[in-house]
Amino acid sequence: MAMNNVGRPTAPGTSSTEGHASLTGARGLLQDEPLIFELGGWDKTGVDFDPADHDASDLGDLVRTAPIGIPGLSEPETLRHYVRLSQKNHAIDLALYPLGSCTMKHNPRLNEKMARLPGFADLHPLQPVSTAQGALELMDRLAHWLKTLTGMPAVALTPKAGAHGELCGLLCIKAAHEAAGNGHRRRVLVPTSAHGTNPATAAFVGYSVEEIAQTADGRVDLADLEAKLGPDVAAIMVTNPNTCGLFEREVIEIARISHAHGAYFYCDGANFNAIVGRVRPGDLGVDAMHINLHKTFSTPHGGGGPGAGPVVLSQALAPFAPTPWLVHGADGLELVEEARDEAARTFGRMCAFQGQMGMFVRAYAYMRSHGADGLRQVAEDAVLNANYIKAVLAAEMTPAFPDGPCMHEALFDDRWLEGTGVTTLDFAKAMIDEGFHPMTMYFPLVVHGAMLIEPTETESKRELDRFCDALLALARAAKAGDVERFTGAPYLAPLSRLDETLAARKPKLTWRPEHDVSVAAE
Amino acid sequence: MRYLPLTPDDRAQMLGVIGAPDIDALFADVPAAARKKDLFDLPKRAGELEVERELGALAARNRPAGEGPFFCGAGAYRHHVPASVDHIIQRSEFLTSYTPYQPEIAQGTLQVLFEFQTQVAALTGMDVANASMYDGSTATAEAVMMSQRVTRREKAILSGGLHPHYAAVTQTIAHAEGMTIVRQAAAIDAEAAVIAAIDAETACVVVQTPNIFGVVTDVTKIAEAAHAAGALLIVVTTEAVSFGLLKSPGEMGADIAVAEGQSIGVGLNYGGPYVGLFACREKLVRQMPGRLCGETLDAQGRRGYVLTLSTREQHIRREKATSNICTNSGLCALAFTIHLSLLGEVGLRQMAALSHSRARELVGALSGVCEVLTPRYFNEIAVRVPNASATVEALLQDGIVAGVPYSRLAPEAGLDDVLLLAVTETTTSADIAALSAALKGRLG
Repeated sequence: MAMNNVGRPTAPGTSSTEGHASLTGARGLLQDEPLIFELGGWDKTGVDFDPADHDASDLGDLVRTAPIGIPGLSEPETLRHYVRLSQKNHAIDLALYPLGSCTMKHNPRLNEKMARLPGFADLHPLQPVSTAQGALELMDRLAHWLKTLTGMPAVALTPKAGAHGELCGLLCIKAAHEAAGNGHRRRVLVPTSAHGTNPATAAFVGYSVEEIAQTADGRVDLADLEAKLGPDVAAIMVTNPNTCGLFEREVIEIARISHAHGAYFYCDGANFNAIVGRVRPGDLGVDAMHINLHKTFSTPHGGGGPGAGPVVLSQALAPFAPTPWLVHGADGLELVEEARDEAARTFGRMCAFQGQMGMFVRAYAYMRSHGADGLRQVAEDAVLNANYIKAVLAAEMTPAFPDGPCMHEALFDDRWLEGTGVTTLDFAKAMIDEGFHPMTMYFPLVVHGAMLIEPTETESKRELDRFCDALLALARAAKAGDVERFTGAPYLAPLSRLDETLAARKPKLTWRPEHDVSVAAE
Repeated sequence: MRYLPLTPDDRAQMLGVIGAPDIDALFADVPAAARKKDLFDLPKRAGELEVERELGALAARNRPAGEGPFFCGAGAYRHHVPASVDHIIQRSEFLTSYTPYQPEIAQGTLQVLFEFQTQVAALTGMDVANASMYDGSTATAEAVMMSQRVTRREKAILSGGLHPHYAAVTQTIAHAEGMTIVRQAAAIDAEAAVIAAIDAETACVVVQTPNIFGVVTDVTKIAEAAHAAGALLIVVTTEAVSFGLLKSPGEMGADIAVAEGQSIGVGLNYGGPYVGLFACREKLVRQMPGRLCGETLDAQGRRGYVLTLSTREQHIRREKATSNICTNSGLCALAFTIHLSLLGEVGLRQMAALSHSRARELVGALSGVCEVLTPRYFNEIAVRVPNASATVEALLQDGIVAGVPYSRLAPEAGLDDVLLLAVTETTTSADIAALSAALKGRLG
């Protein structure tokens, strides 16, 4: 039967979105989705259970009498709620996600499939090791790859994220100093450009933190380092390539003089992606380095985790590594969960079980897919892409360190915005309207109005050009005085700029029944 | 290589734009001695099929929990997770996004975190919760360190019912920061010893319920004793489903409640990733570790969410931060929230009641087989068998994974005859009958 099309226009009329608002708060496909607590499911559930055979009368007054206060929804309602929310997120799968120092690269779906094999996902951490030999073998192979790629003799797999890995590394260093009668070494030297987690971790283990100055070309100031080294320094923590996106040219000398003063060299491995397959940190004099599996080895960031932060260790630090660890025994692989004999000098335990097994599976699948040749290409393409962006954007923007190549990320300052009335923050928010996630801003702290761009190797030239064209067009608009495009941005995102001061001044951290949202929003 | 989009032509063109003769020129800052000319001694690239074969073969050498009767607990529990949970967390917008630093284009993640925080606060009976920690054990260590900041005292008392691995993590981390950690001897019922140990130097007492031996404890008296001495009570829960049946830590006077959230939405994963739950009283919020999501308004007055109170955090406060945590367990928190939204109060109560009912069934089935040591339990019990490790190995021959020997968690405790057995709604009556029969046969 033919459809009745009488009166139906077949071509759009002229229209403009400017100033147009829907009647419901929706924006086309984007729904204005309430909180789950506002959907009225106080007596609903989306899971069917059989009735219990026995009651809880044996527990007497240990049983909860007060209501919990959490709503439920049927499965279709639950899917709609969370799918609608998902559509308000930017993601790597949508466009280049140039957060410097975060390494937002493609997440292969094969890795997701492998991690969900029941032989990995449905294993209990404390089931007999004889029933988990394949899992232990995978951990052993992962360890072999990590040791080979870094040129380091040992690895502690259990740390659950980068900062947890830093903690593990510093605890090894602390234990080694104490074992050698050097417990008085309690000072840690950290460059000003370091990630915030470095000084926070040092303080976490009871060390005091002192900053190392930086040279004009964005590297550790060797003279300042040497002046600050002394008999009370436990370690230096240096990121290499550093957070300016530059390789520390004098890294071998940094290691040498630190060792000469009795300090260990902790390397923050957040930027390992730039050198994987081409440079081994072990050849640079590093004593300990964490590897963010969620950066270099592409386990998904998942909106803020989970990560995984295995730490490679030098021969000097390896004896102090945390439990549990793997050993090859007569009946296969064994898990050493308690260090019982006198020889064990472990500093302790980082987490309840064996670490982030789900991430180990994904990272190993990633490594095997690339192989030694593919991983080398990863570093080369990551560095090539960053240098390309740096060269193209230099037409309108000011690279913080224009001389010489950068590594995997390109750092710009805000000199080129001087006099425009546009700040780094404004510029970043305008990028959102053009369909891109902003770069890392105002970090590292050593550059004014910093913009740190890390494209990663999984961007095509076409996407890099699209990104550069968008930024160049924005830069020209800023210089041409189109200030409102920036100061009011973003205009086209699900929400406009959010009031962070209000959020911090009167924190509302949970929904409460007495919350009257309609009043608050007026 | 299938994940690398650049073609040789692209690379040549790009080098031209950069003005570099070749790719090596871009690595010129690397000391010559450290430039590896040759490929590393590792296998070369592999296609999907080859990777699937290798990992499939490794997975096949493991015995999944769902393959037969299975009774391991002790901090990780096998519950059924609805299929829709895994579907939603694999959406690109959740899976491949970063920490929501740009709230205008991360409202999905942020609203989920706000829902998560509210759910965690409700379950634990506390005022506020953070956006997650790595797992229950690191959450416990962070809670102990927080008690030092709140009370300006250095001593933490860990109950003998606390999971030995949680105690070890806390000792490792909080001791490094300068705290004195008092670990009490393993005890099935630890309440009296904890109360006796509290003194004027005590920053906190850490009590687990249900504890490592499965014992459910009303901690109200411990809370009173702690508060009378100016100390905080930290209540630890390793089985989050128990919140559906038991009185919450908040109801019993806890100041900080931490938990392992793995049993809701996350799965076993051989120990990780998991999700640490962290909740406390409102007045302590500025001493909390980790990320917090808060409600606010956008420039047009619309409700929205942002990460807030970040002056506690490392990226702002550096060495003065409340913790060094950065990446947390975002995607596991999402899975937790979706599963809990499917369950609702109705479903969570049913799931908890069913798990408890199975435990009663287990205790009944073991009557006359072995001694049950746990007087009041939720879904886990400790039983006495001659040599728990040997018993577990023996029952493997019958196709049964018969729980966790306590000695595996704490070999020096001298409790080689204690076996920990956990059940959930996934345990069948046939599983329980098989365990009972096999134990009877072995212990005969």
